[in-house]
Amino acid sequence: MPRPRGTRFRGYDKWWAVLQATPLAAILAVFLLVPIATLIVVSFFDYDSVQIIPGFVLTNYRDVLGAATTWWTYLETLKFTVIVWAVTLLTGFWLAYFLAFVVQSRTWQTTWFLVCTVPFLTSNIIRMISWVPFLGRNGLLNGTLLRLGLIRAPLEFLLFSDFAVVLTFVHLYTLFMVAPIFNSMVRIDRRLIEAATDAGARPWRVVLEVIIPLAKPGIAIGSIFVVTLVMGDFITVRLMSGGQSASVGLMISNEVALLQYPAAAANAVVLLAVVLMMVGAIVRLIDLRKEL
Amino acid sequence: MPGRIGRSIMIGCFALFVLFLYGPTLTIMILSFQGPDGGLTFPMNGASLHWFANLFERQAVGDFGGSIRRSVLLGLMVMATTVVVSVLAGLAFRRRFRGAGVLFTLTVASLIVPSILVGLGIGLLFNLAGWDPAWYGSAFGAQLTWTLPFGLLIMFAVLNRFDRRWEEAARDLGASPWQTFRSVVLPIIAPGVAGIALFGFTLSYDEFARTLLTAGSDNTLPLEIFGMTTNITTPVLYALGTLTTLLSAMVIGAGLFGVLLLRRRRAIRR
Repeated sequence: MPRPRGTRFRGYDKWWAVLQATPLAAILAVFLLVPIATLIVVSFFDYDSVQIIPGFVLTNYRDVLGAATTWWTYLETLKFTVIVWAVTLLTGFWLAYFLAFVVQSRTWQTTWFLVCTVPFLTSNIIRMISWVPFLGRNGLLNGTLLRLGLIRAPLEFLLFSDFAVVLTFVHLYTLFMVAPIFNSMVRIDRRLIEAATDAGARPWRVVLEVIIPLAKPGIAIGSIFVVTLVMGDFITVRLMSGGQSASVGLMISNEVALLQYPAAAANAVVLLAVVLMMVGAIVRLIDLRKEL
Repeated sequence: MPGRIGRSIMIGCFALFVLFLYGPTLTIMILSFQGPDGGLTFPMNGASLHWFANLFERQAVGDFGGSIRRSVLLGLMVMATTVVVSVLAGLAFRRRFRGAGVLFTLTVASLIVPSILVGLGIGLLFNLAGWDPAWYGSAFGAQLTWTLPFGLLIMFAVLNRFDRRWEEAARDLGASPWQTFRSVVLPIIAPGVAGIALFGFTLSYDEFARTLLTAGSDNTLPLEIFGMTTNITTPVLYALGTLTTLLSAMVIGAGLFGVLLLRRRRAIRR
């Protein structure tokens, strides 16, 4: 948040500010706060096969937390989250490093950054589908490998598998790592790096002992993005695993499809709690407030 | 900084990453020109516009024309709202006002709360209140919870570089708050505002996760495409992908061009 600068303001300026912030507050209240409150309320409702029955029961939570499937699904989702987080962090960090320190001219920095950003503004679903001709049984990759004689039979694990899910996540979400880390890196004072180099540090030691500590806020923000996006995903897992993998989001959307709203709501509240705890852990680990 | 060899390796890796980023989309663009007998993968079985023509036959896909019209309209609505609301809020946050911290936390939360929860929550709220969910109501609101945080963050970046003395000078010369905003602040922040508009439109136009449970009975384009993935196994899917990606690309191009133009105008005026 930008810090208010020390300028004098006339009394009505404060009211003016409140007035200017009101539309944002109103929209978020109606479309974020109230809906989440609704989720929490409905998670205590009862239901049968035709309708939701207002009330206060704990059966939904008992069903969610008591089922082995839930725990197994969380484990599966966490597995995806950890793998995708690790891959996007590594890729994103060095891409940001490349853009911030290897590319010298400002114009090219902006240009290449935009090249990385543009796909983010196009359809995710199309970007998922576009892996099909590449990874399929008769796809480009298998075709090439066969022609080169590297494999005898087409690889089956490429499409509709955990591999495809992870690949697609990395494809979709690496930018969420690159942007904040790049943003932290361009703010690093170049003289610090010169000083380290003059003191005899090799490039990798500069990265380890100067750049990584100073890029921590960016790393934390990128991690929060990737972790929350993967934890809540339902569409990538559904499309790219061919129905073979599970995720918490998918579990919720299946319950919605069966019109079991209170069960879905309880599941959603648990997911929200887990995601908020993970975000809290990242924030605490890096002490984001202090860094900002 | 890495040496000469290190640099070359990194440039090579970056090129590979760009290929990874754009390769798949380019592949389906090529495949959308399959001949009438062509399949979902290579080899190309002739080249034709057959699948594009197929798109516009009503029976081939659900309601392609209607969904694209709704998506564009909704994108424009979200864009206009995002621009106005984030610019106002961005200006407000330059002052200490009651609840500023809470509002900021709420905005960031809006970005990181899993999309399916937002969709489900709004869906349930409309259900309990007895309102009919529709793309121009519930889905519009759901998309705003996704675009507004981006808008506000862009405003923060823009205003951090904004020199307050321009504004103070205008005031000292007797300009009213509106005159100050209209002829001093707005021209200076215009490139950033164009950026917010670009984000507002494209994020809405392609939004899926928050729209799915809130759109009601009429589909937006991404929902239509998702429906197609489960029951259509011809390159018509790629044709639609190519078309909507080109539309996004045109909007992005126009947006970036706008940002550049406004920046240049600003540079000349100085």
